[in-house]
Amino acid sequence: MDIRLDGIGHSYDDFEVMRDISLDISSGQIVCIVGPSGCGKSTLLRFIGGLERPRQGRVLQLGEPPKSCLNPLTYIFQDFALLPWRSVSGNISLVLEDHGIKGPVAKEIIADVLARTKLTDFAKALPKQLSGGMKQRVAIARALAVNPAVMLMDEPLSALDSQTRELLMDDLIELWTRRPFTAVYVTHNLAEAVRLGHRVVVLSRRPGQIREVVNIDKPLAAREFGDADLEKTQKYLWQLMRDEARAADAELLHG
Amino acid sequence: MDDSGKSVAFRGGGFAPKSRRWVGVVVFVTLVLFIELGTRAGWISSLSLPRPSDVFETFRQLYDSGLLFKHLGPSLSRLTVGAIIGASVGISVGILIGLFSYVRSGLVPLVAAIFPIPKIALLPLFVIWFGIGEGSKYALIAFGTFTPTVVATYGAVDNVDRTLIRMGQSFGLSWWSIVRKIVLPGAMPGILSGLRISLAIAIILLVAAEMLGAEYGIGAYILEAGSLYDLERLFAGVVILSLLGVLVSGIIGMAERRLLGWRT
Ligand SMILES: Nc1ncnc2c1ncn2[C@@H]1O[C@H](COP(=O)(O)OP(=O)(O)OP(=O)(O)O)[C@@H](O)[C@H]1O
Ligand SMILES: [Mg+2]
Repeated sequence: MDIRLDGIGHSYDDFEVMRDISLDISSGQIVCIVGPSGCGKSTLLRFIGGLERPRQGRVLQLGEPPKSCLNPLTYIFQDFALLPWRSVSGNISLVLEDHGIKGPVAKEIIADVLARTKLTDFAKALPKQLSGGMKQRVAIARALAVNPAVMLMDEPLSALDSQTRELLMDDLIELWTRRPFTAVYVTHNLAEAVRLGHRVVVLSRRPGQIREVVNIDKPLAAREFGDADLEKTQKYLWQLMRDEARAADAELLHG
Repeated sequence: MDDSGKSVAFRGGGFAPKSRRWVGVVVFVTLVLFIELGTRAGWISSLSLPRPSDVFETFRQLYDSGLLFKHLGPSLSRLTVGAIIGASVGISVGILIGLFSYVRSGLVPLVAAIFPIPKIALLPLFVIWFGIGEGSKYALIAFGTFTPTVVATYGAVDNVDRTLIRMGQSFGLSWWSIVRKIVLPGAMPGILSGLRISLAIAIILLVAAEMLGAEYGIGAYILEAGSLYDLERLFAGVVILSLLGVLVSGIIGMAERRLLGWRT
């Protein structure tokens, strides 16, 4: 299943947030969206997932999601969004229960996703007993449980320290290599974008428009922390963004 | 290494009250002993306060004669029925107010208008509506528990983390699942602390309800003692009410420990 954004534009009251965004997200690809603060990245992701409606343009699903897919468009949130009153496995069964998956079938799915995110030992723990990185792994496990066609991630690693972030990026790459998934990955961290993105979409400052789409051909599994060619791409992205970010900052200051 | 420095002063304690059961008992026993001593020594006149040992004696007689349970039985059933009706309707209405704009706009002003009415003043009205029997007593207690429960509940629903609700929607959970599995547990801390207040109000109203046309009941017992200026019996009745309050608060504390163990 592919996703097509067709001329998306939006404003809150008179406040224009984004303008004429068209983009194809094809199956099995990770598309990273970067851009200065306030340019509408989170808003765009809410449009893609159907949590909000854009004023102009349409979000289209091309083709049917696979049959095994319970929730085609699935989010991973920056602040994890785990239910604090449910254990790790309870949080995952939450999203299965509504699809009528209970008992041994649910148990099997939960055990599988917990194993894939290396959380098997923590199935019974409550969120308050977990570290930030583990919480985000639970959120990833929960997303994997519904077999999404497209994962929508809004700065999933921003709340974590840089070591945990590196480890989780490796985890994500490993997950993708074993079974490629489609993802839209919003971030303000260019290092994440060049590690995880097959394509990096650079948005301009508000109203957000696509400034450039950068393709990175190097396979995900071959990318490593501090790769020279990745650094070069990262530098190039930063050049694209720097002036935008500076201008966006000045606008925030002067209202 | 030079260890002439002084250690940094600790300033991180406090603001995390823990339960120290025995402290409550000590305070209570000290107070009773103080009054007992005062009344025995004479610096508290026996007209102003009854001697605790006499109150205890009265209480024992009440127990021995079997009258205690004759009074306690009807009171407990009134309290239970009234409070359950009031609290469950209150929680349901509170959740509806928390979830639907029209219900909120329609009912919040109404609840605000009903809240400050002393429910005791409406007792005659309830007697006309529901008769002099149990019905009017249930109604009074239910009505009195209802308003604080509604206010606490919709406040608690308003405070449920919206990102959790968005999460539920993004996974395609049904409306009913979101209410049952996200809104209700998320609002539970607020609902339970609201119940602490509502149930104390229910006990207050229990006495008020029983002051009118009840043969048995703790309220009736206290009223009778009061009209005879029989302070020992009056206090014996009051002690029963206090114990009831402690019991209710203990039950809610248990519910909190069971249901809210997930809180940090
Ligand atoms: N519900 C809303 N009502 C009004 N304005 C909003 C709303 N949501 C977002 N905005 C505005 O739209 C703009 C884009 O917001 P958005 O959260 O999408 O930015 P972002 O690119 O995700 O920023 P960041 O990098 O800081 O997360 C912001 O200026 C914000 O103030
Ligand atoms: Mg954002």
